[in-house]
Amino acid sequence: MMEWRWDFTFEILPRMLWATGNTLLAAGVGYLIAVVVGLVLMLGQRTPSRIINVLVREAVEFIRSTPLLVQLFFVFFVAPQFGIKLSAWNSAMLTIGLHFGTYLSEVYRGALEGVPKGQWEACRALNFSTAYTYRRVVLPQAFPIALPGMGNYLVGIFKETPLLATIGVAELMHTANALGAETYRYLEPYTMVGFIFLIISLPTAMGLRRLEAAVSRAQGNTHL
Amino acid sequence: MSYWEFLAEYLPKLASGALMTIGVMICATLLAAAISILFGLMRLSRNWAFQGPATVYIEFFRGTSLLVQLYWIYYVLPLMGLTLTPFVSGVLALGLNFGAYGAEIVRGGIQSVPRGQWEAARALNLSVSQQMRSIIIPQTFPIVLPPVANLTVELLKATALVALISAVDLMFVAKQINATTWLSAQTFGTALLIYYVMARIALIPFLRWLEVLAARKVGKA
Repeated sequence: MMEWRWDFTFEILPRMLWATGNTLLAAGVGYLIAVVVGLVLMLGQRTPSRIINVLVREAVEFIRSTPLLVQLFFVFFVAPQFGIKLSAWNSAMLTIGLHFGTYLSEVYRGALEGVPKGQWEACRALNFSTAYTYRRVVLPQAFPIALPGMGNYLVGIFKETPLLATIGVAELMHTANALGAETYRYLEPYTMVGFIFLIISLPTAMGLRRLEAAVSRAQGNTHL
Repeated sequence: MSYWEFLAEYLPKLASGALMTIGVMICATLLAAAISILFGLMRLSRNWAFQGPATVYIEFFRGTSLLVQLYWIYYVLPLMGLTLTPFVSGVLALGLNFGAYGAEIVRGGIQSVPRGQWEAARALNLSVSQQMRSIIIPQTFPIVLPPVANLTVELLKATALVALISAVDLMFVAKQINATTWLSAQTFGTALLIYYVMARIALIPFLRWLEVLAARKVGKA
């Protein structure tokens, strides 16, 4: 039976908090990449060429139905085999961006399909250009539909970041492993990781729910 | 070494790892399903003694990371006198984690059955358990199954994490082969393909078939 030691907890707290910063950075950068990749993958399925659409669709399905952990190892170990030097951090960002980009592309697709067809027809009847239709009519209506999904994946990426420890990114889990190896105490580091995740992800999830409510209210009030 | 030679030598090993992956997945799915139903119903209870613990459990497991939960069960529980094998730890962590997500699906599914169905069932003088069994539950299946299908695919993917606590699954075998041969593209590429085949050719069609079956059953009823 092992007792919880508060002195040890406070001793390792600064290093844990420093690592939390890295975790947040990894989640934030990974999310930004995923948001952009998702957009590209969504547009890649709406091109005039059917072949491109089908190929992008299959690639999305492949990435979505295989584990992030295996993809992480694939990118990290395969790039050097072909002479590409990719640091653990860059491999991680690339993999997270691609993996969650496929999920976000589905969110965007659902949101665009959620805008009623009549909106497009009305814009065509008013002789708006496609770009203008997207910018002023479709996207403002698609955004509140996409928001819950986008928020979920922000928290989702945050919760997947411990996997990055496996290829050596110095985030929270990696630091907890290192502390455990140095001191032979695993109880405090691993428990602290759990609680740090909890105190970040619960308020974030709640904040996102508020944001969704605010956006849908604003949209409801401001449409012409 | 050509890719065919690689397959001839290492595919049997990868396949035995895949069998372990399937074993972990089936056990974890069963555990998660049981937890989902139990906690989904508890969450709906008006009694705080049921609803409170269910809410805490669901928020806790959804708010923290699966890998953290897995490490905690495998590395910290032994310090408290409970040592579990990698397989059992993996199944337990996956079941508890996905059970929390599943409980929310069950709750949503039951809540989405129109009130009129409850009222009509009561008007027909059915007991509460009869109302649940023959009126409410059958109607939740078509609502619940699509998100359950997504979650099951996520669970299959998440089983790869058990390799990190040295359960000998597909990912673990792939890591071993990679460490001895350094044929990373072949090794992890093949592992990815096997995961893809399991998800796209076996699991997803099976879940779609269940969805169709459930929809048809309700349509007939």
